[in-house]
Parts: sequence; structure tokens; C-alpha cells
Amino acid sequence: MQSKPIALTILDIVSIIVLGVAAYLSLFFAPTEAVMGQVQRVFYFHVGTAWVGLLGFILAAVAGIAYLITKSMAWDRFEIAAVEVSTMFFFITIALGSIWARPAWNTWWTWDPRLTTAAVTELIYIAYFMLRQGIEDPEKRARFGAVYTLLGGLSAPITFMVIRLFRTIHPVVIGSQSAEAQGGFSMTGDMKVAFFFALFAFTVVFIDLMWHRIRLGVLEEKVEQLKLNVSM
Amino acid sequence: MFLETIPNTSGYMLAGFGISFAVMGIYVLSLYLRKTNLKRDAEMLESLQVADKPQTEKSKTRAKSTKKK
Repeated sequence: MQSKPIALTILDIVSIIVLGVAAYLSLFFAPTEAVMGQVQRVFYFHVGTAWVGLLGFILAAVAGIAYLITKSMAWDRFEIAAVEVSTMFFFITIALGSIWARPAWNTWWTWDPRLTTAAVTELIYIAYFMLRQGIEDPEKRARFGAVYTLLGGLSAPITFMVIRLFRTIHPVVIGSQSAEAQGGFSMTGDMKVAFFFALFAFTVVFIDLMWHRIRLGVLEEKVEQLKLNVSM
Repeated sequence: MFLETIPNTSGYMLAGFGISFAVMGIYVLSLYLRKTNLKRDAEMLESLQVADKPQTEKSKTRAKSTKKK
């Protein structure tokens, strides 16, 4: 494996700093919301992780298309990295949503359209890894994975749009929300600072983790090739 | 009726941030452990490959000499 690039080391440091600043802004800088209290602060991380989660699923679908056209394994590595990092972030999104829902909606979970589509999206991408595990041939695995992420990618825009198209209790912070929405609030200036910085911070952390995961993919391929050479 | 005081939901907030950092930390740890294990595997396989080469060459020369006989 090639030695770690300096740019990646710098990005690691920047990621830690911006994540720390995002946590500070969310915990101390943003004012306390009057109705929900302190728990509303998880909203900044909730939206930040949801943003990179859905972005990664879209990127994976794009990488899937690129693989099917070029047959380059580099796109396959990119696709796995995008799905893996996004699945991790989207798990945080769902966990934070559930924690916020307990005091706001008086329940940990409800089969609301947004929560249901989010859970289905997460399960689709967990199944992606199970699919890949079951295929030995690297090219077949990459081809199946590409088609799967292409179809699975549809779940990202559906999850994003569902609260804008259907009657739901999930609040919409930006844009108009359903009349049944509970727990919504309008953001003050300081809240907007924390909100947009969290989006920026999670984008930086996402790129950093993607880069690490792509490098890991290169190493995985090398080991797989070495195993083939030794067994021959 | 209006709420007079802000409800105390600090416990939920701490749980939320705690889970967020814990999940990210576990993921970073998993990346590190997988990288370390793969590096070890690669080194071992490379050494096996190097050790295997002279043996296969020896077996080839042996096969040639038995054919001559």
C-alpha cells in the first residue's frame, strides 16, 4: 500500500477540528429552543448526518453507472466507500431522530412516511453488503453491486421528498410543512450558523472517511490478488 | 395553556451526541483494524510468494532431469 498522502493527513486534522467546532456550535453557541429544550440541539447533527448519508447513496448510484460504462474497478471501490460511509452516517441520523422523537412525540418510533422510508433506505444498504458477501467473482460482484446501488439510489430522493409530498408528523425546517407536523420550529440567526456549519463539517468528515475507505479498498484488492497468486 | 419553563431534556441530548461520537469512533476504529489486518495479510502472502518461487523452480529442474534419465 502506498504511504499516506500529506493531503489526507491534513484532511484528517481539518475533519477533527470542524467536527469539534460543529459540536461546540450545536451544544453551546446555538440558543436553547423554548418548547423542546436541550434535545433540539441534536437536530444539527441529525440533519448534517442525513445530508451526507443521502449524498453518499446518490454518489454510489453515480459510481454504479460509471462502473457499468467503464468496467473500471476504481468505480467499484468508490461505490463501496460511498455506501459504507453513508450507511454509518444514516444510522446516526435514525438514532438521533428516535432520541429526539421520545420527548417531542412521546414515542421512540412511529411508522410515519419519513421514518419508514428512512428505515427502508438503511435496510436496502445493509442488504447491499450481504449481496456482495455472497458473490465470489470480483467482476460479477462489482456488476451486481452497481445495478443494486443504481436501483437503491432511488430511495434517497424518495426519503428526502416524502415529507414534502405526504401528510406526515415529521417537521420540515426548510420549506412548507404538513399541517400534522409536530416539533417544528423556525431557526434564529445563531441556529442557522450552527446548522450550516454542521452541514459543512459533516461534508468534510464524509470526504475524509471516503478517502480512507477507498484506500482500504485498494489494499483489499491487493490481498485478494495475492491470495490468487499463492493458491495457483 | 402555555409552558412556563423549558422542559429538561438534557439527558436525551447527551445520549444523542454520545451515540453520534460513539458510532463514528467505532467506524474509524474498524477502518484502522481492517487496514492493519490487511497489511499483515499482504506481508504474509508476499513472503509466501517469495518462498514459493524457488521451490517451483527446483521442482521444474527436477522434472526435467528425470525426463532426461
